Amino acid sequence: MWQSATVRTSLGFIALAIACAFFADFQISTQAPWQELGRLMLGLVMPDFLAVDFLGEALLRTLAFAFVGVGLGAFTGLLLALVFHSAWVRTGCAFVRAIHELFWALIFLQFFGLHPLTGVLAIAIPYAGIFAKVYAEILDETDPQPARVLPQGSGRVSGLAFTRLSQAWPHLVNYTSYRLECGLRSSAVLGFVGMPTLGYYLESAFAQGLYGSVGALLILFYVLIATLKLWVRPRLLPFYLLAAPFLLGSGLPIVWSNVSRFFTQDIVPTPLRNGEGISGLMTWLLDLMTTQALPGIWNTLLLTQIALVITGTLAMMLFPLISRHFTGRISGTLGHVALVVMRSTPEYLLAFILLQLWGPSMLPAVVALALHNGGIIAHLVGQRSNQLTLRQDAPRGLDRYAYEVAPRVYGPFLALLFYRWEIIMRETAILGILGIATLGFYVDSAIQEIRFDRALVLILITALLNIGVDILARRLRSRLRLRHTATSEP
Amino acid sequence: MSALALRDAVAEYGTIRVLGPLSLTLAVGEHVALVGKSGAGKSTLLSVMFDRWRDRGPALMPQDLGLVPTLSVFHNVYMGGLSRHHGWYNLVTLARPFRRDVHAIMPLLEHLDIADKCWTPVGELSGGERQRVAAARAIHQGGNLLLADEPVSALDGPLAEQLMAALTTAYPTAVLAMHDVELALRFTDRVVGIADGCIALDEPSLRLSAQDLLPLY
Repeated sequence: MWQSATVRTSLGFIALAIACAFFADFQISTQAPWQELGRLMLGLVMPDFLAVDFLGEALLRTLAFAFVGVGLGAFTGLLLALVFHSAWVRTGCAFVRAIHELFWALIFLQFFGLHPLTGVLAIAIPYAGIFAKVYAEILDETDPQPARVLPQGSGRVSGLAFTRLSQAWPHLVNYTSYRLECGLRSSAVLGFVGMPTLGYYLESAFAQGLYGSVGALLILFYVLIATLKLWVRPRLLPFYLLAAPFLLGSGLPIVWSNVSRFFTQDIVPTPLRNGEGISGLMTWLLDLMTTQALPGIWNTLLLTQIALVITGTLAMMLFPLISRHFTGRISGTLGHVALVVMRSTPEYLLAFILLQLWGPSMLPAVVALALHNGGIIAHLVGQRSNQLTLRQDAPRGLDRYAYEVAPRVYGPFLALLFYRWEIIMRETAILGILGIATLGFYVDSAIQEIRFDRALVLILITALLNIGVDILARRLRSRLRLRHTATSEP
Repeated sequence: MSALALRDAVAEYGTIRVLGPLSLTLAVGEHVALVGKSGAGKSTLLSVMFDRWRDRGPALMPQDLGLVPTLSVFHNVYMGGLSRHHGWYNLVTLARPFRRDVHAIMPLLEHLDIADKCWTPVGELSGGERQRVAAARAIHQGGNLLLADEPVSALDGPLAEQLMAALTTAYPTAVLAMHDVELALRFTDRVVGIADGCIALDEPSLRLSAQDLLPLY
């Protein structure tokens, strides 16, 4: 078994994570962490739905931003997917999706202010990059034969519509509806930087210690996501898309002088603005690298590797919860509910909550990342295991897990985990905004000190790091010959 | 062990009856061949037998073999003996096999000419090799009764004979679904012909020739 390349790679990752753990900072610094957790649980058990007007507004705005952002992203993404063979488009898409929604929001906040456009673009831009890539992959997987036998002069658009698009349609719809779920989470989280969505209300409820309201908000959010299939119907979709732009709220007006100042002054590196030339720029960059970028990169990498391994372990432990080879009808349903709650909670929100409870350290971040991503991967691996047909005389319990199921799903599991690697790193960087010393922490402090030039360089570094990990993950997947299709992608 | 009997066995997919009602009694020490064209109900009958006689601990060799492609040949064969060991012992074996198990399984692999593939993942083997791994697994499981569905379909010539001999020597009582009529007659004591889910023929092999079985196909 040790000869297997997949097993050796996994062990390498585990060893690396253990080494990282020695450098990481895990401590609970609050006075009574479990008491706080108890109060939160009490809030979840006894939610306070009475603050109806602001609950309604929080949900309405969350939905509106998600629909407009994802709709715009999907439309742009589809157009880009048709020209995805161009290296420029591919690189551009890789770049915009390497920057997290919250970073986009932080950038747009500087010149659009609290205008709804900030929130919409923060979702639409990275989503367009993701949609373009996945749509292009889905279109590539369609059978090229029908297009070849079309009569001469059929026209590009109708040819496309009748052959590749119509073949790929169910997959495109599936993926888009999955992304809408992600969009709801992104939209909720945008509240933490000032958009009028769920996160905003959650943060203020926490600040005032209103755990009943926190519970009500969380429960409504779970219900919203769990019932997504019931209220997002193809026929209702045009109505939602038309109504959503009018429900974004008015926010604050855009001050156009801010926009021009941002591009002509704010983001120009200070030494260039002061006329210190290239040598001044070099000292400035060196200083930025040694005091902020490198510590940020170091912490981001540490946290990512630890979170990745814990995520994987959790996923392999939890997927039997929804696998028909291990559960009955009732326990399977309970397992489903548990995994839905885990994956519906955005890691940022989870980290925010845990940080309130345990104080700032890497612990809340690791737990949040592992719970959310572990829930997603466990769900997908569980679904995969349900496609397996076992022998009539297959063993039960632990033997069944270790010999029959785990070896068969391990390859797909690793493919999913490697795909998730980049996402975990993107999230790790962003969790810095909450006060954990990853790259996001330095970006956020630079913005608070009104040093947008520094912030932008740090965001660029984060994006490059993400692209690097994505390339590494793809190499590993092809080296281990892990088949990975767009449709299996979360 | 007393005789094995099926009485008025039926099998249905939804509302469509695919097997029976049929009754069949097996004497201990009997090797029975199930013959008939594909779709006649041989696999279904084997599956019903497995369900009915589960408490006798039969070894099963299904048509799709039920091997785990990512595990090595050794581990797949070892799986036949999973129930003989504790869970922790099996987990340790997954990481590092014990020498005595390797010693127990190696001769079997040598006998079936796949010892050189012992540590190769089953996913990398050819169809014939896989079938021999599945047979080795069934033999390693041990017991009194073997239920095998087309155990030599991917093999021909001497290899097929060798495997038939190995399976019938390892198990005193066996039911084997076969499509090779010659092999069926040579290696079994009794032939049961299945047509449209019912028994169309039930004779000792000695009294039959390949010609007699032609009407079944």
